Amino acid sequence: MKYSNFMEVTFKALSINEGFARVCVASFCVQLNPSVDEITDIKTAVSEAVTNCVVHAYPNAIKGDITLRCELEDDVITITVIDKGVGIKDVEKAREPFYTSKPGEDRSGMGFTVMESFMDEVEVTSNSFGTTVKMTKKIVNTMSEVRC
Amino acid sequence: MQIKSRISNGTLYVLLCGELDEHTANYTKLTLDELFSKPNFQKIVIDLSELAFMDSTGIGVLIGRYKKMKDKNIPIYICNPSSHAEKIFKMTGLYEIMPKIV
Repeated sequence: MKYSNFMEVTFKALSINEGFARVCVASFCVQLNPSVDEITDIKTAVSEAVTNCVVHAYPNAIKGDITLRCELEDDVITITVIDKGVGIKDVEKAREPFYTSKPGEDRSGMGFTVMESFMDEVEVTSNSFGTTVKMTKKIVNTMSEVRC
Repeated sequence: MQIKSRISNGTLYVLLCGELDEHTANYTKLTLDELFSKPNFQKIVIDLSELAFMDSTGIGVLIGRYKKMKDKNIPIYICNPSSHAEKIFKMTGLYEIMPKIV
């Protein structure tokens, strides 16, 4: 039988919630017994996706929500970060290394590149009603006996 | 984020303690810029031994500081990065502008 589990949390698009999102996902992933490196990779990818929402999704003073969804299917974790913001005009361009839409703000433009490097797959869908980033990673270090 | 500093033999040593992400980036930028504006050193060493987490926002912060100090001809070096920070530095090519020292 397939092992599966699921969690979802919604929080305001504020930078203070980035640490919360990282810890939340890391805590949920622990049931797959990942290595420290795998957990750090996942935390970093989540941090990048949530940062994009915080910085870009809601340019007006009133900040909207970010939904963070984690699904486990056997040894694969799927993380989805969803905002209902203004969307990304050119997703392909945004995914290019060192591209930033805010060049005057000391931004590296490496957010998507980091996500792509640390996760196995990264899928971005965006329109004028929001952006969804879906990332998957297979946990190699899995020990099935920790699931109970 | 907590930032500690000392000057020794013309080198400004900066220790970053905590997590460097979007939430702490602005404080980090302002604090480093203030420390870097002092005239009594010729080299900067950023010690990351106490940095618990960093994402690409941290790279942006460091590149921004590099650009400012490049104009003053003051080199910046990185020491004691975690294996995770090292992975991000190598991916982004940061070591090409801020070499790692031991």
